[in-house]
Amino acid sequence: MKIKVYVTLKDSISDPQGTAIQGALTKKGYEGVKSVRIGKLIELELSDRPEAEAKQAVEEMCEKLLANTVIEKYTYEIV
Amino acid sequence: MKFGVIVFPASNCDLDSYYAIKDMMGEKVEYIWHEEEKIEEYDCIIIPGGFSYGDYLRCGAVAQFSKVMDAVKAHAEKGKLVIGICNGFQILTEAGLLPGALVRNRDLKFICGTAPLRVENSDTAFTNKLQPGEVIEIPVAHGEGNYVAQDEVLQKLKDNGQILLTYQENKNGSKEDIAGIINEQGNVLGMMPHPERACDPILGNTDGRKIFESMISYLKGGR
Repeated sequence: MKIKVYVTLKDSISDPQGTAIQGALTKKGYEGVKSVRIGKLIELELSDRPEAEAKQAVEEMCEKLLANTVIEKYTYEIV
Repeated sequence: MKFGVIVFPASNCDLDSYYAIKDMMGEKVEYIWHEEEKIEEYDCIIIPGGFSYGDYLRCGAVAQFSKVMDAVKAHAEKGKLVIGICNGFQILTEAGLLPGALVRNRDLKFICGTAPLRVENSDTAFTNKLQPGEVIEIPVAHGEGNYVAQDEVLQKLKDNGQILLTYQENKNGSKEDIAGIINEQGNVLGMMPHPERACDPILGNTDGRKIFESMISYLKGGR
């Protein structure tokens, strides 16, 4: 089974990379780009297991390694 | 008294740290491979700078799970000294031995140069040979040295005197100009600047010695 994990910076953490890209988009003439936030997409392939079990495993992986919850938040979807 | 310098794959300041302790400070020091589980014989552990495990995912994220880090946690719990420099600071925050996190520099640039640092608290195992308010010049070299933490964590750091060193010129965007902090117990220091690179007079700056002299004095019981 495949899982997509999205890790992004918490709203309270500034994202200078996103700000730079927002500036670049605006310079390119794309108006109204109010904000850009950059994160990570992590694709996991797990051996097949019940959904509840998979969720538990993925959440543990996120908490322990995939995200640093001091600065980041995460969401995931089973695809 | 014996120092131990941890060597991770892609550590690159391990030799400088070893040299500073052995040749400049004249103390015993050994390298500790990251798979080592027994480090009881060491009084102070140095987690050096570099790009441990390629800095994959986040700086220090993978290193926190190496075998030696369990031993370092036990070492710290006993009240023994740990100093994490640069990547070592990042590893200590990832491992939860120090609060907060280090993110990309505000201006997205790798900073390399010498930073004047102000001593905020001189009553610690790491700064007892310095004066409060004294300014020392220490080399910096990092891309992710922007210290962040929640407001209540920052307040606690201030209230407890856990902020040891601050940047006179804040080039990376760190909250409260933080360059180095200690844990609540006062035996674990994390700092982005490199004191080990400012020990040999031939390099024109020996301000970094004062950090190591403080630690040695503390370990000798003469704090």
